[in-house]
Amino acid sequence: MSDLGALGESTTASGEGSGGGSDGDREYVDEWSVRRIVRTMIPLLAALSVLQLVSGTVLETYEQTLVANPALLVLVPVQIGTAGNLASITCSRLTTQLYLGTYELRPSNPELRANVGAVFALAGTVFGIVGVAAWGIGVALGGTLGLGRVLLVSLVSGMLLAVLVVVASVAAVEISYRVGLNPDDTTIPVVTNLCDVAGVLILFAVVSLVV
Amino acid sequence: MPGHDTARDVYRQALPVILVSLVAGLFSGTILGSETMRAGISEVPGLLLLLPAFLATRGGVYGSLGARLSTGLHQGLIEPQFQLDRRLTNAIIASFLNGMAVSVFIGVITFLWLRLFGTAGNLLELVGIMVVAGFLSAVLMISVLIAVIFVGYRRGLDPDNVIGPVVTTLGDVFGVFFLLVGIYVVGAVL
Repeated sequence: MSDLGALGESTTASGEGSGGGSDGDREYVDEWSVRRIVRTMIPLLAALSVLQLVSGTVLETYEQTLVANPALLVLVPVQIGTAGNLASITCSRLTTQLYLGTYELRPSNPELRANVGAVFALAGTVFGIVGVAAWGIGVALGGTLGLGRVLLVSLVSGMLLAVLVVVASVAAVEISYRVGLNPDDTTIPVVTNLCDVAGVLILFAVVSLVV
Repeated sequence: MPGHDTARDVYRQALPVILVSLVAGLFSGTILGSETMRAGISEVPGLLLLLPAFLATRGGVYGSLGARLSTGLHQGLIEPQFQLDRRLTNAIIASFLNGMAVSVFIGVITFLWLRLFGTAGNLLELVGIMVVAGFLSAVLMISVLIAVIFVGYRRGLDPDNVIGPVVTTLGDVFGVFFLLVGIYVVGAVL
């Protein structure tokens, strides 16, 4: 396996792992070795899956309710996906604006207001459509939940999620900026995963109140 | 550089991507809510427990493959064509290994988690479902991702803009479906 990563360029001093040769080039090629990629990714992926077990536990707790009401099962992937999407859009916009010097943590900051307004408008649109669609699909799959309830669950949990997306993104960008980390590297993975998990938690907090 | 974006501008730019992922989410939600899947959820303890982890890690594995290939193309380290290039093969092998390892890992920790909280689970069943679903996901995601990135790149599309939506949409649409296939296959074998 050791020479897998050393091919490609005609580096001559690439026999064994410790070969001298031109250091820069060797490092360059090494970035693409199987072992390197696997070693960097696995701990991250493992931690991520353990984190996701939290939302899995919530789903498992509501198994009876979910199996009885397919409309709620339909909401699950949408909720997870949309939370992450909204979060990644907000984070990358805030980060770019931070670098451009137009962002400032102040309620009067026009960029911040535009982002916050857009997140709420997007959430309203998406979770409105989702409520109606999930109800329709639920009925087609033999569910009995009424349109009012599904829509209520979808909109209330969606708007709470929008609040969380805004707060978490702003906090993540601020913190990584102050600590001196590049927000491009840190915010998106952290906030999207946080919002994925929180999306499920919020959804079921609302479900337990409404259904 | 354009000046200040209003909330309306941001909304207009983001809406199409969000709507595409919404349709994908509804599709996978429909599979999840289907009679067969609900029967599977009732019969296999731990299925709902592993669902979010399974869906989320595929974004991590194949999203990073996409980002890597995109960077490689921009740097001129790889060519936008199917050939036995070391870097390309390495990236593919690595993401395949990552995808499979994480799938097995998810099956195992789900089993342990069930044990921890006093529920009975079947290790072989959970890992078996994860292996089948993980393998099918790997084959599909890798081949579609490479095709889309290479063809897109040759036509002047920036892969950086394509990877996110492609990975999310494909992952959502096929993730739950492959899970269903996994339940079916393992049910037939065990």
